Amino acid sequence: MLQSEGGGPAVPSLSADDVSAAITKAHHEEWSRVVASLTGRFGDLDLAEESAAEAFATAVVRWPDDGVPPNPGGWLTTTATRKAIDRIRREHTRHDKQKKAELLHELASCEPHAVDDDRLRLIFTCCHPALSMEARVALTLRMVGGLTVSEIASAFLVLESAMGRRITRAKTKIKEARIPYRLPMAQDLPVRVSGVLAVLYLVFNEGYLATGPGTEPVRQELTTEAIQLARLVRVLLPEDGEVSGLLALMLLTDARRDARVSPSGELVSLVEQDRGTWDTGKIFEGQQLVRERLAASGPPGRYQILAAINAVHTSARDARFTDWSQIVALYDQLVRIDSSPVVALNRAIAVAELDGPDVALAIVDGLLVELDGYHAYHATRADLLRRLGRSHASRDAYDRAIDLAGNTAEVAYLTRRRDQLGQGRDRDILRDGASEP
Amino acid sequence: MQYLFSVIDDGSETATPGGAEALSAFNERLQAQGHWVYAGGLGTTTNATTIDNRGDEVVLTDGPYVESKEYLGGIWIVEAADLDEALALATEGSKCCNRKVEVRPFLV
Repeated sequence: MLQSEGGGPAVPSLSADDVSAAITKAHHEEWSRVVASLTGRFGDLDLAEESAAEAFATAVVRWPDDGVPPNPGGWLTTTATRKAIDRIRREHTRHDKQKKAELLHELASCEPHAVDDDRLRLIFTCCHPALSMEARVALTLRMVGGLTVSEIASAFLVLESAMGRRITRAKTKIKEARIPYRLPMAQDLPVRVSGVLAVLYLVFNEGYLATGPGTEPVRQELTTEAIQLARLVRVLLPEDGEVSGLLALMLLTDARRDARVSPSGELVSLVEQDRGTWDTGKIFEGQQLVRERLAASGPPGRYQILAAINAVHTSARDARFTDWSQIVALYDQLVRIDSSPVVALNRAIAVAELDGPDVALAIVDGLLVELDGYHAYHATRADLLRRLGRSHASRDAYDRAIDLAGNTAEVAYLTRRRDQLGQGRDRDILRDGASEP
Repeated sequence: MQYLFSVIDDGSETATPGGAEALSAFNERLQAQGHWVYAGGLGTTTNATTIDNRGDEVVLTDGPYVESKEYLGGIWIVEAADLDEALALATEGSKCCNRKVEVRPFLV
């Protein structure tokens, strides 16, 4: 049986606010460690999650009276481990006594895994390619991010019961199909890491360009969580340039969050944004990461290139000083490794600044078949047509874009732009979306 | 842990140059490395007979239990340590027989 509760006597005499802050901090810092360590030890994600949740619930009850333990993470892991052993005991009582004795003996004697390795295992398991993308997202937010099922459900606008089922289904598949709790083989690592990054970027984008009528245009809890998860992955995989690239991309994008939506809830284009309200701390950190990657050897992947593009944008104190030739050059580099039409569209937006809207429109028109269902395609086209003085065609394109756009702030922005056609001589083009810097 | 690999057929011509040899080599490797439990190809669904004896009398139907464009063309049953190992084998199997392969765990 385990005896210590994280070592040493607790420190009492803290205010209720201090205790509550300590619990929040511990949840933020320790949740994934506790879940990962228990999963490593017991080989059961479900048991790990429930026992971790119980341990935090116990902390909420005990810490106000007993004080915050000197090593909250140790206390939580020890408490969660006890809860897990209690559960196993209860579940095995009526079954196999021999098996139970063996299991408990094994548990008492086994050493916990190296903690960081466990967290990495947890992340790779939650982002396993045999799970659907939506299951990966939900599971990662629950198991690694520590969000509650209800928080995840409201962030993705689904019923809590449906989100609960989605997570349960994923956990059951992991158990019954035996998705392993281990690091991928070296040859699979690049693909598996990019799978993890895709999950984090999806979480970020869902927060940054939230969809759905009547929802907040930016769901900060998701962008913040995605950045935290990317930081964690970077701590665990410090050598991977794409991990740093994605973190930099998120920071440089999120830095503009407050400037991006007006007080009336309308999207503010990159050109129109009040750059004084950008978060200089995030920009500094993001640009620092980009510089580190530029100094590194080897060809950059897509997140590093996207981060570099955002570094160019954020280093212009005024939109007029933007180095468009460098941005187009970076897009040229991106096109070589990612031939998707969305990349070609975003490159065209930069080309419009460098070579004029007529050149850009010719490129954009060539993408119609592939991007007809994408609101940003029509919004870009509308803007180019407007700048070329083709108001009628521009209006039609705005109508299409408004029909297809799901983000409330974007709809407001596009509607104003459409209604201003023929009235002003505004020459802005850039829209500021996470995927189209 | 055992997994069922279902080979999904859609009736299209799937033979590839060297396909038969690749398949034999794959099966031999499964055996040599201890993954092999069973494998076999199935006759066409038009030769299937479906029996339903849940009610008072036996009902025989000429044909498969469900008509669909895609159907089971054959199976492997393999022994693998975990899903990653099973998926790696199925990835190779899909290439060798030039068909989609569904991987499904048996109940433990």
